[in-house]
Amino acid sequence: MLGRLTMDALPFYSWVAMGGAGVTVLGGIAVFLLITYLRAWKVLWTDWLTSVDHKKIGIMYVVLSLVMLVRGFVDALMMRAQQAVSLNSEGYLPPEHFEQIFSSHGTIMIFFVAMPFLTGLINIVVPQQIGARDVAFPFLNSVSLWLTASGAGLVLVSLVVGKFSQAGWTGYPPYSGIEYSPGVGVDYWLWALITSGVGSTLAGINFIVTIFKNRCPGMSFMRMPMFTWTALCASILIAFAFPGLTVVAGQLVLDRTLGFHFFTNGDGGNMMMFANLLWIWGHPEVYILILPAFGIYSEVVATFSRKRLFGYTSLVYATACIALLSFTVWLHHFFTMGSSSNVNAIFGIATMIIAVPTGVKIFDWLFTLYRGRIEFHPAMVFTIGFMVTFVIGGVTGVLLALPPADYLMHNSTFLVAHFHNMLIPGALFGYFAGLNYWFPKAFGFKLDVKWGMRSFWFWFIGFYLAFMPLYVLGFMGMSRRMEHYADPTWQPYLIVAALGALCVLCGIVCIAVQLYVSAKKWGSARDITGDPWNGRTLEWATSSPPAAYNFAVLPQVEDIDAFHDMKIQGVAYKVPDHYEDIVMPKSSWLGPILGGLAFVLGFAMVWYIWWLAALCLVLSLVCVGIRSFDDECDYILPADEVERIEKARLEQITPADLHDMRDFLPVGPASGEILPGRA
Amino acid sequence: MTDTAMASDLLEEEEKKSLLSREFGFWVYLMTDAIIFALLFATYVVLSKNSAAGPTSKDVFDLRHTAGETALLLISSLTFGMATIAMARGLSGRVIMWLVVTALLGVGFLAMEMMEFHGMIAKGAGPDVSGFLSAFFTLVGTHGLHVTFGTLGILVMIVQIPLKGLTPPVRSRLLRLGLFWHFLDIVWIGIFSVVYLPGVM
Repeated sequence: MLGRLTMDALPFYSWVAMGGAGVTVLGGIAVFLLITYLRAWKVLWTDWLTSVDHKKIGIMYVVLSLVMLVRGFVDALMMRAQQAVSLNSEGYLPPEHFEQIFSSHGTIMIFFVAMPFLTGLINIVVPQQIGARDVAFPFLNSVSLWLTASGAGLVLVSLVVGKFSQAGWTGYPPYSGIEYSPGVGVDYWLWALITSGVGSTLAGINFIVTIFKNRCPGMSFMRMPMFTWTALCASILIAFAFPGLTVVAGQLVLDRTLGFHFFTNGDGGNMMMFANLLWIWGHPEVYILILPAFGIYSEVVATFSRKRLFGYTSLVYATACIALLSFTVWLHHFFTMGSSSNVNAIFGIATMIIAVPTGVKIFDWLFTLYRGRIEFHPAMVFTIGFMVTFVIGGVTGVLLALPPADYLMHNSTFLVAHFHNMLIPGALFGYFAGLNYWFPKAFGFKLDVKWGMRSFWFWFIGFYLAFMPLYVLGFMGMSRRMEHYADPTWQPYLIVAALGALCVLCGIVCIAVQLYVSAKKWGSARDITGDPWNGRTLEWATSSPPAAYNFAVLPQVEDIDAFHDMKIQGVAYKVPDHYEDIVMPKSSWLGPILGGLAFVLGFAMVWYIWWLAALCLVLSLVCVGIRSFDDECDYILPADEVERIEKARLEQITPADLHDMRDFLPVGPASGEILPGRA
Repeated sequence: MTDTAMASDLLEEEEKKSLLSREFGFWVYLMTDAIIFALLFATYVVLSKNSAAGPTSKDVFDLRHTAGETALLLISSLTFGMATIAMARGLSGRVIMWLVVTALLGVGFLAMEMMEFHGMIAKGAGPDVSGFLSAFFTLVGTHGLHVTFGTLGILVMIVQIPLKGLTPPVRSRLLRLGLFWHFLDIVWIGIFSVVYLPGVM
């Protein structure tokens, strides 16, 4: 009846595991009680969980990501604490627990922090940047969100019921096979990957179609904002790469559950195929995470330098080149597997070539800063912190791209330092910059600058303290994922790294305080115009937070920096002659239901509860069938309703709120008068 | 024009735009599905000689049986095409008829595939025997699973057309289902030429 699920699955075997389970359960109960206390269940269900509004879905993605960031960071703290004390001792974590922690840390940070964060930001911003009223498939968007959330739910449940994988976030066989990992851990990992991976694939398809089909008049490809370009390239990468993850995870499921021989040691399996298939997804994934962050940096650096982005065209081509090249380098993740030296050389060279378009980008951003009127907003300092730090990561990457050097450094903490050096400044700093930059757009008030700067400095210094010692330790020969060690010269570095992790903890606390402080005094930081930073792209043309339809009248674009151009021309905030009816998508309860079914399906497969899995599959098909009969999934927002909303907004804006655009116009050097011609 | 008429015009126009997006999106989806099959093909090619002292492809493949499956699937593509032509001429009765024929052919194909799988497992050539057989069952089985979902889709359409008539959303759905069905045909031709033909030669 319940497969292999018994009372033994509950974590009464270890105090640390019970602690983790306790925090998870209490957290869940606390959220439940809070919502009940606020009597918010109905509002939550009708206005949020069932919503198909891209802005609300985006916000829910980011909330999911921030919650999982805390969870993944606790893992990081525990690892750093363990290694700081475990010289010639067991430390406080038994090996099997330490292995679960580094596996869940990687899995969570990639799949349930970075992916939802970037998907959320793309959701909130891209439709507005291209002058659209929603994504192409609003309902599919909701399904994607709930599939991702169900994957995250499986990882969280593994803390309480059963254990998580001990095979690392990449789960290489034969260790992750049934013979060496007979428990449920790897199955939790696999089903979390499969459900969230399908969600990501659907999201990628959705954004591709949105960007191709929903651009407003005049928004040609070469007028699209940089963030939209990077979102498009990342979405294409998602659509090409994520099916690979589904395949490799599905094959490992078949190996483990039905005794297939894809990756087994004997009987004709080939475990090297796993590494290939995984990294055919895995390397593009790195760029899926980083490209949107590059887009955010491009927007932020132009806005806060008060200049047009330098080298827009070269940035577009560099982005497309990186997207293309990202499919040609997967083998550098396993140079030591024993391919011929020619194969290794080709992939090594391809890897180094990626540094070229990336370098182009760095120079474009630097030249945008050059002679700009730079404003040190938290979004901007995250961007500058990224530029400085990311170059170090890039250089160590080129070093690792040399197969002979890789033979010495692979699997060492040098590698750990390298990829954290890419993903923390490269991706996460970008998302934080995006959080500070677009928060007023999503919520209608600005985030506190002081706490934003504090969070930056803690993250920045914490990053260096935590990972520079790991570079050194790698050279000293320390392998990654060591539960304890015997070399006393390593310990000082590991203690510094642990201090770095504490510093990053302060950075996370600062973000929490920043959110709290800003929410508390939101009235004084309200964004009335919808354009708090004198922005250049179309998302700043909507109100903050935007009306459900974003644009009452679809904008007409005539320049790369469309909104900047409108402000110069004096056509921004103009009252249109008349308003029209607007077609809006209806909310649907099928999104959260399908997500819930995916969660139960994954749970049933993990514990071999076959009847439940079959039931969930049938119910999911029924849900899809029900949806296919629904041809009335839109409603009309009447023109006078739109007029009321827009009037209320425009009445609040006084001329004093508007930005002085004269700064951007050419001025005669002698007369000081504004000269004709566009800025 | 009355308000309601204008409103329904607007909805219709928006629906038309949305259906175009769905058709484009479906092509993108098919591309992601093509990647799934591409990787399963690659896996099969890598593992096809790893029969690990178990039966080899020569022992388990029967080209005549496969020819029957191929015939059923190819003809079903033709009959789906006939349904599409009937749809273009607005003959909903004939669309349903051709869809019923297509579904029957699909079920026939699935039945033959089940017979093949059952026979192989009974002969001790199940997917848990060797890497070769794992890859075979996964590739061909994934295709079969797709045909199953396609057949379910056809059944849904057979119910929808009499209920809703050939409205633009129904037409669009049928068009996309047709794409899916023909796509599976192409994949099957790949399976026939990469799995079965070299397997017996």
